[in-house]
Amino acid sequence: MKKFTFAAASAVAIVASGAAFAEPQAEVLHWWTSGGEAKSVAVLQEEFAANGGTWTDMPVAGGGGDAAMTALRARVLSGNAPTAVQLKGPAIQEWYEEGVLADISAVAEAENWANLLPASIAAHMQCEGSWCAAPVNVHRVDWIWANADILEANGIEMPTTWDEFNAAAEKLQAAGITPLAHGGQAWQDATVFETVVLGVGGPEFFHKALVELDQDALTSDTMVAVFDQMRTMRGYVDDNFSGRDWNLATAMVMNGEAAFQIMGDWAKGEFMAAGKVPGEDFLCASTPGDGYLYNVDSFAMFDVDGDDKVAGQALLAELIMGPNFQEVFNLNKGSIPARTDVDLAAFDVCAHTSAEDMSGTSERGSLLPSYAHGMALRGAQSGAITDVVTAHFNSDMSSADAVQMLADAVANSM
Amino acid sequence: MSEWLERHVPKVVLAPSFVAILFFVYGFIAWTAWVSLTRSRLMPKYDIEGFIQYERLFAAPRWDTAMNNLFIFGTLFIVISMILGLLLAILLDQKIRTEGVIRTIYLYPMALSMIVTGTAWKWILNPGLGIEAMVRGWGYEDFKFDWLVNSDLAIYTVVIAGVWQSSGFVMALFLAGLRSVDGEIIKAAQVDGIPTWRIYSAIIIPSMAPIFLSAFIVLSHLAIKSFDLVIALTGGGPGYATDLPATYMYAMAFSRGDIGQAASSAMIMMAVVFAIVVPYLYSELRAAKND
Repeated sequence: MKKFTFAAASAVAIVASGAAFAEPQAEVLHWWTSGGEAKSVAVLQEEFAANGGTWTDMPVAGGGGDAAMTALRARVLSGNAPTAVQLKGPAIQEWYEEGVLADISAVAEAENWANLLPASIAAHMQCEGSWCAAPVNVHRVDWIWANADILEANGIEMPTTWDEFNAAAEKLQAAGITPLAHGGQAWQDATVFETVVLGVGGPEFFHKALVELDQDALTSDTMVAVFDQMRTMRGYVDDNFSGRDWNLATAMVMNGEAAFQIMGDWAKGEFMAAGKVPGEDFLCASTPGDGYLYNVDSFAMFDVDGDDKVAGQALLAELIMGPNFQEVFNLNKGSIPARTDVDLAAFDVCAHTSAEDMSGTSERGSLLPSYAHGMALRGAQSGAITDVVTAHFNSDMSSADAVQMLADAVANSM
Repeated sequence: MSEWLERHVPKVVLAPSFVAILFFVYGFIAWTAWVSLTRSRLMPKYDIEGFIQYERLFAAPRWDTAMNNLFIFGTLFIVISMILGLLLAILLDQKIRTEGVIRTIYLYPMALSMIVTGTAWKWILNPGLGIEAMVRGWGYEDFKFDWLVNSDLAIYTVVIAGVWQSSGFVMALFLAGLRSVDGEIIKAAQVDGIPTWRIYSAIIIPSMAPIFLSAFIVLSHLAIKSFDLVIALTGGGPGYATDLPATYMYAMAFSRGDIGQAASSAMIMMAVVFAIVVPYLYSELRAAKND
């Protein structure tokens, strides 16, 4: 009996000391491998090491995250999940439902995340009330970029309604300039589509149609009008757009071959890398209509064994939301910090607009998740919508047919 | 002992690969079949729900497009490759001097990966860079060749690139077949004054029936498995106009987190392959028995 007590006591002592001296460990799965992105991750890596942690990098490039997700599936199936994984939007909840995410509420509550994040973004980071992910940045999707010289030469202002946009495009077309630089890839079609839904239908309609998937909204006349506008815009794209990458479309605006591009603020990085100055060489504005479509990158924390890994998870969560990392990372990446109390002095004018609009739309309730970038819907549903959008944009399908097809596709994807 | 070894060594040596194939090929076919009957999304689930995934599959317009494309692409790819291959083989068979060089040139595309073929043809067919731009540069301003960006015609560009890649290989097959025909018969026919085209159509080609069958089987499985060519050439676009079943399955499994859909489309693809291969195997086995 005595022996047993001793053994038990020493076991407790060992466990306790283990907890106290566990060196934070984190294995991080992400797909930020290209230039600016890799630099941004390195910042986090250095901070983690400076706080005594050991970072095991697990970058899986390819397919816009598809390859990383395949790797993640294999790891989770074999019962050996990474500590933290770059995940976003409803995918976080999907993994939570598989019962493999960890709870980081302790850190989140200690750091008061609930008051630092806009409510709708905070909701993405919570799984049934507990915190399970940490946001890194906020990309705005509904941007329209323009070549300043072309607009000036043709006497055009940045459009604030879609009618103004159409009028400007007609004028540019008459002058022999491609009005809209666009790449014919499904996700780019979807990006333009969602900004048109927001502009034509307004934030409430956007929420009903692309977040709630309300059948009445999907088959409404407003949706027909959205597809009409898409058809009009198809006419403003050059003949050679099929399969073009988004950064080549950005280059067209830069070089004066085209006037506008509708694309998220990662396009800003392209302009900046070419030495262009926002407000002088190129202009940024939100696409016509009230609202803000966000695309938030985040790290979800997976359930792991071992005190060192749990400690690593807590440290990682704390650092990701730390003001220093939020600033440095987003300066590199072209997005804005997810937490609202970071000093924006070092950021450019487009980022200032983005930050102001984020807090403004958050109060008005028009801060909305981007469907085209996987923030609003799960893969199967958003994929089904994208199929219809891209089929319509690349053919001569009528708007009425497209709306019918959209409703059928959404119903079939459930 | 040595007699026992002699009898059993082949079995012992083959056993590991037999077990591996049983598990990794047939085991996973069974697994896929099982998953195709469930409501699996992000991760596989194992509660059978009936044929819901197949119902969803057949209700999806994108799957219709993929199957139609497979039919168009498969038929044209096989027929044109075989006709071109046969024609090239017959022309090369005329005992011309530089046959070795020409044969190598025609066979070379087969050495390229489909990704390279697809990328090269993407540039050639791109209206702003390739043929259309070139002809317009010569002064024919109205010339139009924009199949690659036209959603009704894009699938035919896949056929063009596929045929370019494979017809040389079919030619090599047919050339071997032509050479294997007994020269005595041909000489006898020539002595009788039968014209060359009759010799080919009535004697040589009919005697090459097995070669046709092999060429057909090789080409048809290439067509059904086609994936990299489409990815490199059109990326499935414009829209999803050039989707094939293989690209559909990839999108469902790896981009959309819809494993059940992917599994059901994989089962249908396998059924299509079986529909072609089983009659072939059956006829082969029967022929073997008769020998």
